[in-house]
Amino acid sequence: MQAETVIETEGLTKRYGSKTAVDGLSLRVSRGEIFGFLGPNGAGKTTTILMLLGLTEPTAGRIDVLGFNPTRQPLQVKRLVACLPENVGYYRDLTGRQNLRYVARLNGLDDREGDSRIEEALRRVGLVEAADKRAGTYSRGMRQRLGLAELLIRRPRMMILDEPTLGLDPQGIVAILDLIRSLSAEEKVSVLLCSHQLQHVQAICDRVGIMNQGRLVAQGTLQELAGSGVEAADGKRMGLEEIYLRYFQEA
Amino acid sequence: MRSILRKELADHFNSTRFLILYCLVVCVSLLITNTVSLNIRSAMASGAKDPHLFLLLFTTSGHFFSLAQFVAFFGPLIGLIMGFDAINREKNEGTMSLLLSQPVHRDAIINGKFLAGLIVIAVMMTSLVLLISGFGMLVVGVIPTPDQVARLLLYVVLSILYLGFWLGLAILFSILLRSIGTSALAGIAFWIVVSFFVSFGSTLVANAVAPVEHRGDVEQIQRHARIAAAVSRTSPVHLYTEASDVIMDPYKKTTKSFLMMGPLEKISLARFDSPLDVPQSLLVVAPYLVTILALTSLCFAASYWIFMRQEIRSI
Repeated sequence: MQAETVIETEGLTKRYGSKTAVDGLSLRVSRGEIFGFLGPNGAGKTTTILMLLGLTEPTAGRIDVLGFNPTRQPLQVKRLVACLPENVGYYRDLTGRQNLRYVARLNGLDDREGDSRIEEALRRVGLVEAADKRAGTYSRGMRQRLGLAELLIRRPRMMILDEPTLGLDPQGIVAILDLIRSLSAEEKVSVLLCSHQLQHVQAICDRVGIMNQGRLVAQGTLQELAGSGVEAADGKRMGLEEIYLRYFQEA
Repeated sequence: MRSILRKELADHFNSTRFLILYCLVVCVSLLITNTVSLNIRSAMASGAKDPHLFLLLFTTSGHFFSLAQFVAFFGPLIGLIMGFDAINREKNEGTMSLLLSQPVHRDAIINGKFLAGLIVIAVMMTSLVLLISGFGMLVVGVIPTPDQVARLLLYVVLSILYLGFWLGLAILFSILLRSIGTSALAGIAFWIVVSFFVSFGSTLVANAVAPVEHRGDVEQIQRHARIAAAVSRTSPVHLYTEASDVIMDPYKKTTKSFLMMGPLEKISLARFDSPLDVPQSLLVVAPYLVTILALTSLCFAASYWIFMRQEIRSI
């Protein structure tokens, strides 16, 4: 069964002056798939996300997101792809609900439809009680929940999440991972998940890609990655952490 | 774009900043009408008759400022205050990444912000003029003629454009400079330079380029004055002051200073001492209006261009 492709890049390159941030990246994400996007700080993950959303122009290479070219048609792409940036902020003087209402309006939802989606999203991320407090008073974990609620009301076909579990309490992490998994399974939403929390990635990702210094050094399911290269010493299945570290010990 | 505009407007009208500015506007209008109307009343009592009495409300300075002077000097601060943190606050708080990941055109953000600021400025300016008119009518008891209403309208439009220039400048600084404090300071520094130093500078330049050696040499005096005027016109404050003078004072025939007129012109001026009608005043100020409009558009265009090219890395 050939899955439908939602993201496809070929030879994607971005240079800033003499520095190459992303170097010949070829990436594929299928529909309904949770793709873990890993790599050390400064590996080029954020730059890749910017290019996928059409927020910066690639120096070379081809990108296709749900049949659109983000550089030429950023609006169509952003209508279908919702992104939760790592350091996203909210309007501190507005309540959580007002922030969400603004997002709903920016997405062209009328107020009635928007409000019902907001209620549903707040319930799913567990932010109903805090919804009418000012966003400035939110803790890191609550902001993260608000961010997820923002993605939910947009009903995207694809979500890009940058460290969605950072700052959440353990119950929150379990709830969020469950939420992501059910979105992917039931609504066929694809997820590109950037995270340094390897155990979370291992728990929910179907496939992972590992980036280092602008290059994709590995891509595949956990089994594929564990199988390639060195055999695990004691024959046990390797965890993602061991796999990940293997790519950086060699370098 | 419409939802951004709506949100920005709501932000402005709910902000403490707006409340303070608006209180200030009301206080100023009260103060001005109070001092000015006293002057006007005493002038009327002594038998002076001026068909354009109503406009004097805006142009006469009491112990303090006239409204026109007030707007020329302190209006820029209103524009700067409305815009100095427009873009960099959103960047610093991370809300810019939120906005940019929504399906909106990038220019909608900056258009919405500029337009919202302009609307707030228009509201302030209009209410300022209306307040003074209202108080003036109550205290002095004169009613404006249609001709004067047209002049006031023109004046409001000119003022909105002028404040729009400062708003555009403030937004430009907020795009260029990352820190909110720095962009506020840059705006204020620019304001001080154009409103205070340019007028000193114009005399200095004129003294250097065309020194007046003999007091009686009309040619030399004219040249000196012409250069000084040209230099001071590089300042938007000066442009605005000259233009608003012409609009509000029907006896002002020309924006040239007295020194620059030949003797013949002076004679003709004295002989035909009749007010200009509105279209003619408009004709005189048209170049000024266009220049201020051009400056405003220039500021906005520069902001637009830079903002569209900037990469927002905080994502």
